[in-house]
Amino acid sequence: MATNILSLPEQEFMLPGNRACAGCSIGIIFRHVTKALDGKAAFVVPASCFTVLCGMYPSSSVTVPIINSVFPGTAACASGLAASLERQGKTDMTVVAMAGDGGTADIGIQALSGAAERGANILFICYDNEAYMNTGTQRSGMTPLAARTSTTPTLGKIQPPKDMPAILEAHGIPYIATASPGYPTDLYDKVQKARDIRGTRYMHLSAPCPAGWHYEAKDTVAMAKLAVETGTFILAETVEGVYRLTGRSLSMAKAGKRKPVREFIRTQGRFSRSSEEALDELQQWVDNRWEAAVHRHETS
Amino acid sequence: MTSNPSAVSVITGNKAAAEAARLARVQVVAAYPITPQSQVVEALASYVETGLLNAEFITVESEHSAMGVCIGASIGGSRVFTASSANGLAYMCEQLSWAAGSRLPIVMGCANRAMSAPWNVLNDQQDAMSQRDQGWIQLYCRDNQEIFDTFLQAFRLAEEVHLPVMVCYDGFILSHTVMPVEIPTQEEVDAFLPPFQSSTIVDLADPRNINPVTLANPRGNVEGTLCHGYMEFRSMMQRAHVDALTAIDRIDEEFASQFGRRTGGTTRSYLLEDAEVVLMAAGSLASEATVAADFLREKGVAAGVLGLRSYRPFPVEKVVAQLKNARLVTVFDKSLSYGYGGPIFIDTQAALFASEKRPQMHSYIAGLGGRDIKARELADAAQSSLDWLNEDKGPKEAQWLNLQL
Amino acid sequence: MVETRHCEQQTAMSWPCAGEGGRTGDWRSMKPVLDPAKCIAAKKDSIVCMLCWVFCPDNVITRTAPPEIDLEYCKGCGICMEVCPSQAITMVPENEGQPALNVEETGCDV
Repeated sequence: MATNILSLPEQEFMLPGNRACAGCSIGIIFRHVTKALDGKAAFVVPASCFTVLCGMYPSSSVTVPIINSVFPGTAACASGLAASLERQGKTDMTVVAMAGDGGTADIGIQALSGAAERGANILFICYDNEAYMNTGTQRSGMTPLAARTSTTPTLGKIQPPKDMPAILEAHGIPYIATASPGYPTDLYDKVQKARDIRGTRYMHLSAPCPAGWHYEAKDTVAMAKLAVETGTFILAETVEGVYRLTGRSLSMAKAGKRKPVREFIRTQGRFSRSSEEALDELQQWVDNRWEAAVHRHETS
Repeated sequence: MTSNPSAVSVITGNKAAAEAARLARVQVVAAYPITPQSQVVEALASYVETGLLNAEFITVESEHSAMGVCIGASIGGSRVFTASSANGLAYMCEQLSWAAGSRLPIVMGCANRAMSAPWNVLNDQQDAMSQRDQGWIQLYCRDNQEIFDTFLQAFRLAEEVHLPVMVCYDGFILSHTVMPVEIPTQEEVDAFLPPFQSSTIVDLADPRNINPVTLANPRGNVEGTLCHGYMEFRSMMQRAHVDALTAIDRIDEEFASQFGRRTGGTTRSYLLEDAEVVLMAAGSLASEATVAADFLREKGVAAGVLGLRSYRPFPVEKVVAQLKNARLVTVFDKSLSYGYGGPIFIDTQAALFASEKRPQMHSYIAGLGGRDIKARELADAAQSSLDWLNEDKGPKEAQWLNLQL
Repeated sequence: MVETRHCEQQTAMSWPCAGEGGRTGDWRSMKPVLDPAKCIAAKKDSIVCMLCWVFCPDNVITRTAPPEIDLEYCKGCGICMEVCPSQAITMVPENEGQPALNVEETGCDV
């Protein structure tokens, strides 16, 4: 049965007064990921915004074990840790690799692909804030079409982002899901489902970023929801190869309703100077992906 | 085949490395192929598959991940092992630094190979020398017995001083050449190197953030204790390296008292007591140099050999003590710090600078990319240096042996 | 606190501490104020709604009726105001002239 807001556990594994930016979605994500795992998890973390949230020596802002890793090596370190802990009979925790989009889709993809192919017993979570936010919003392989970043400063990005869940799906791993901090119970349920599956599990999380997307901090949850409601970010999961839409995306598909992408990006500064043509292209890209997802859901 | 009892096997250097890892009861092995190391992980794969070794065998997709797996597994409380060479070692570069900074007792083999470009899979020591400053202990082996013995000692050392250890041995010259190697029984190895006592710091009851961002200056913790800045950690790492010099020699003594043979610890000397000219090298070349010293002795030249076993930490006092009374030291480097000179030559020269008595020093670059180098050529080089000195020709530039340019 | 030898750590490892980043309440220019008369949980005096608690990225809102906001660490992002279905939370300017919080009083040395 799906979890509801009031049945989410009260216990927290992230402490207040951390260094994350005001309105950072990673706090919402991490809170619900750790709640779902009941804090029984060791996190392997590459250089990323989450590193900042975790804090600087000698104090930590989280109450679960964190193992920092080099930027490209998250999945490798996590798979070594998982194998080692299992070897030592320490099976009381899930090994979670938690990386940003750069640490997942760009510099981290080789180690992730290797771990997934081997079936390393890890849960890899990508929190996708769609650029290198920790270094000042440089373009990544996950930056959307038309978005301006500090390395696509005037024209915006001219390529669409990688489809990471599809890339992981091609590895034949047992569980792949997308989730959003705008829908924390959907996120919570998926993390618990992933927790109980052995092998490499991959979750791709939408992670709105007020500093990098250039919107007001108060709008983080609204952004997360609009990403889903416009079909830009699709909530889904693939269990043993079977794909299905979930949560809000599922109800949208059933109702046949979807907001235009411009509603999502209207208040985001990163799109403020994008040409109408570029935004049309973005809408087209979203339409194509959405239709393919709905079709796949219906025929799966 | 090599279980019990203690027996002599005729095996390659790679096999000696794998046998040592097996008898060390390594618990996690990260494996990625590269010539000339591949046979090490191949042998370990077969040990694991046939039940000779009870370990997690992780076939990674790159050397970068091999070291990543080792780091994760070591943090997770296991005795870990991997091996690499050349480009593979270079690809691990940032992970090597991470392993050392984490003070993890990782032991890896490096079958020394030339760095590209152009492609070359043959031996020199440019690969390991290029990683000199990553914080790893680097030990160089002269022959296959020494490879086996050094690996066993390396685990003891790494776990005592909390530094990773790279055991270096010349690709092909040792890695693929068979030699008799005495392999002790598991019981004998256990007595010297007990099975690893796991103590992971990954603990739900005591959650820690391991290797977080660390500031330049010390910072107080929640109890009000001032905790280290980055420099304090680095200073402790340097101290651990310097302290390791004693540990390397002591562990070799303990090894010798149990097994009746020694590696020499930080250095290995040959006929040094009365040596007028010393041939100095690391790895198989140090073994070759003993033959050259014999040639020279036959001619009436009082020659000796200083084999450098520990390149990092560099055994300054021992090197100075063993060289200061010589008239001439010829250093044969199988690698180069481009724009300056042979790394062992440079370091040895620097070590001797503070000594009141110091020998003349001549540098030779030899054997790059597998260029053959014979004992006779080492002897001739030492003789020519001696002649140079006798003719009072002054400073001598580094000479590349067998260069045909 | 003049030397680090009592630290006794060989490698960098951190232990949990609220306020690692200092009193992040200092970051605020606007602070959230909850009106119990509008808050659903407060009105029903029971654990209902709780959206402000769920969506707070800084874990500074309690799962209570009414929810309480820890202004020492609240960064003032305003998400709680946005997600509140009954407009019970408003963001109001911080009092000018109020003395700045003393960083030394936090558990962590910033």
